[in-house]
Amino acid sequence: MKITGAEALLESLRREGVDVIFGYPGGAVIPVYDMIYQKDFPHILTRHEQGAVHAAAGYARSTGKPGVCLATSGPGATNLVTGLATAYMDSVPVIAFTGQVSTTMLGRDSFQEADITGITMPITKHNYLVKKVSDLPRIIKEAFHIATTGRPGPVLIDLPKDVSVGHLNYSYPKTVNLPGYKPNYEGNAKQIKAASAALAAANRPLIYAGGGVISSGAEQELLRLAEKTQIPVTTTLMGLTAFPSNHPLFLGMLGMHGTAAANYAVTNCDLLLAIGARFDDRVTGDINAFAPHAQIIHLDIDPAEIGKNVRVDIPIVGDIKNIISALLPQLSPGRYEEWLETVERWKKQYPLAYQPQEGTIMPQAVIEELCALTKGDAIICTEVGQHQMWTAQYYQFTRPRSLITSGGLGTMGFGFPAAIGAQVGNPDRLVIDLAGDGSIQMNIQELATIASYQLPVKIIILNNGYLGMVRQWQELFFEKRYSQVALTNPDFTKLAEAYGIKAYTAEKPEELRELLQAVLEHQGPALLNCLVHPEVNVLPMVPPNGPIDQMLGVGET
Amino acid sequence: MKHTLAMLVVNQPGVMTRIAGLYSRRGYNIESIAVGQTEDPKISRITLVVETENEAELEQITKQLYKLIDVIKINDITKDDAVERELALIKVSATSANRAQILQIVEIFRAKIIDVSLDALIIEVTGTQDKVEAMIALIKPFGLKELVRTGKIAMVRSAVQS
Repeated sequence: MKITGAEALLESLRREGVDVIFGYPGGAVIPVYDMIYQKDFPHILTRHEQGAVHAAAGYARSTGKPGVCLATSGPGATNLVTGLATAYMDSVPVIAFTGQVSTTMLGRDSFQEADITGITMPITKHNYLVKKVSDLPRIIKEAFHIATTGRPGPVLIDLPKDVSVGHLNYSYPKTVNLPGYKPNYEGNAKQIKAASAALAAANRPLIYAGGGVISSGAEQELLRLAEKTQIPVTTTLMGLTAFPSNHPLFLGMLGMHGTAAANYAVTNCDLLLAIGARFDDRVTGDINAFAPHAQIIHLDIDPAEIGKNVRVDIPIVGDIKNIISALLPQLSPGRYEEWLETVERWKKQYPLAYQPQEGTIMPQAVIEELCALTKGDAIICTEVGQHQMWTAQYYQFTRPRSLITSGGLGTMGFGFPAAIGAQVGNPDRLVIDLAGDGSIQMNIQELATIASYQLPVKIIILNNGYLGMVRQWQELFFEKRYSQVALTNPDFTKLAEAYGIKAYTAEKPEELRELLQAVLEHQGPALLNCLVHPEVNVLPMVPPNGPIDQMLGVGET
Repeated sequence: MKHTLAMLVVNQPGVMTRIAGLYSRRGYNIESIAVGQTEDPKISRITLVVETENEAELEQITKQLYKLIDVIKINDITKDDAVERELALIKVSATSANRAQILQIVEIFRAKIIDVSLDALIIEVTGTQDKVEAMIALIKPFGLKELVRTGKIAMVRSAVQS
């Protein structure tokens, strides 16, 4: 039976188990939207294409399933770029469909034409321009396979209008044939043996876990590894939620705004077991002073990460879950008492701390209070900046995939649309966007989306009237020349109310808990505008490119 | 150090862009690139000559290339026993006075004259990079008018059976 490309697209999505598309219509995708109408395919209409791609990513990050978004050609497609780059940096499986002018019009600077496959080549795992409608089922099958296997990542499919309306004999392939794509899942047995020998010989080992643990679904294996061997654990920003924040072996996040205990442990350990992490510059600081006494074991699914930034002594390429499972039986309970005592002493001596100030809400207090009220069980989405770092520091995560944040690209405006996707994917969970007053305004148009679908997303703005992180750098490294960071903001409460969203403003510390509670308990979407102390810094802080054991704000509070 | 990489890639539009884009994005240099279909029409062979600072850099760029879905196989054949060829077309000024001299050089290099006019010749030369460069150097003094080179292609020799 012959069907159109648009129908083949929706049928293929159905077979891939896709239960929702985040998107925005336009000329080149009208045939696809017509089919969405006819088939009543679940679709969330955002108010900007960037909102759609971040929502798809929020859905993917929180559920582990691929997220799907759809935009028209030209400006619709280019509006996806930031979201694709964000997903690429954090290895998130997103499938983006873009409309394109008809194949006969390609390359003629036609109306709303943009070379989106050319533009997105460096920020997607792979992309396709569909030239023949008969290729569409195969391409969709390959796209889902590529996006969700190996090291996950976004894949874009560009659909010319004549492909959407063209007809094909539809059949969906069962397998893919990609001779150039064969991820390695099993770790090399000899290397695993070498790793277990190194762990047995170590005196001061440390686990440094990243987002790869979560991508692999290896949280339980990581927990067993740490508990069996009694090796302390630090994670990257992307690795938070891979290990329970309140676990006695947990040292908190490492790196630029990591805890003193984590950073000291890295500098002093004699063996660093890196698991699904990529030695980002925000983690390592001065690369030459990073883990200077340590032998390094690196577990990763992506061979290109091995030796990219640091020399690695024992690389093991494969799926984290498989590697840890193979490693576990070879390991004996650790005898690292002395090392654990040292680490424990650092934890006690240099806890995260801040100085409360009379009559002002401290931003860190909002997160502590929120953590207490939600018992660490909410899905927290963040934007980028100070509030993001305070969330990483002060929220005690209890469940995997409950921190949705832009780690690699550092995309302001990510958290709110991501929260929309997370809420759609997890209708029964409490989803909160922790935002700054700068970031929230980058995709604030999505207030209309949560209002129209009555998505019960809660927005909490830590409003300090500044682009706080930039202000902090200007204070510390540019002699307080506050260039272009003071914000004149709208009244966020009134703004939310204009969209029909319940909203409150908290000004005094004594009303914080009650208003937080009111927002969290509200049935539909709600917003809390917290007027916080304007000039608080995120501490500890490793000055850029400095060694990570030399932190500002350690032991001063 | 210079390396010759022999790559097998899926023969489809955009593959060259992906490879060239990856090189420039990661700050590596391509010295020469030659591409063509193999015995299997679905697969193309790319011969790349690249300049890298050290082994680690070569390893990293190889791994990055492997991440491209369309790249099937990469072999560093720099140290292998391989046959290497490059082809050049050279247009040189030639008068009745010096034509004989040029022809002599062409003969020594076992090159060919493929076009003759009153005041110029086109020479076709095939060989290793060194040979092509030597030929160009000798022809230059006569007045080099135009030069086209293909970039190197290479093939590893089969093992000799004993």
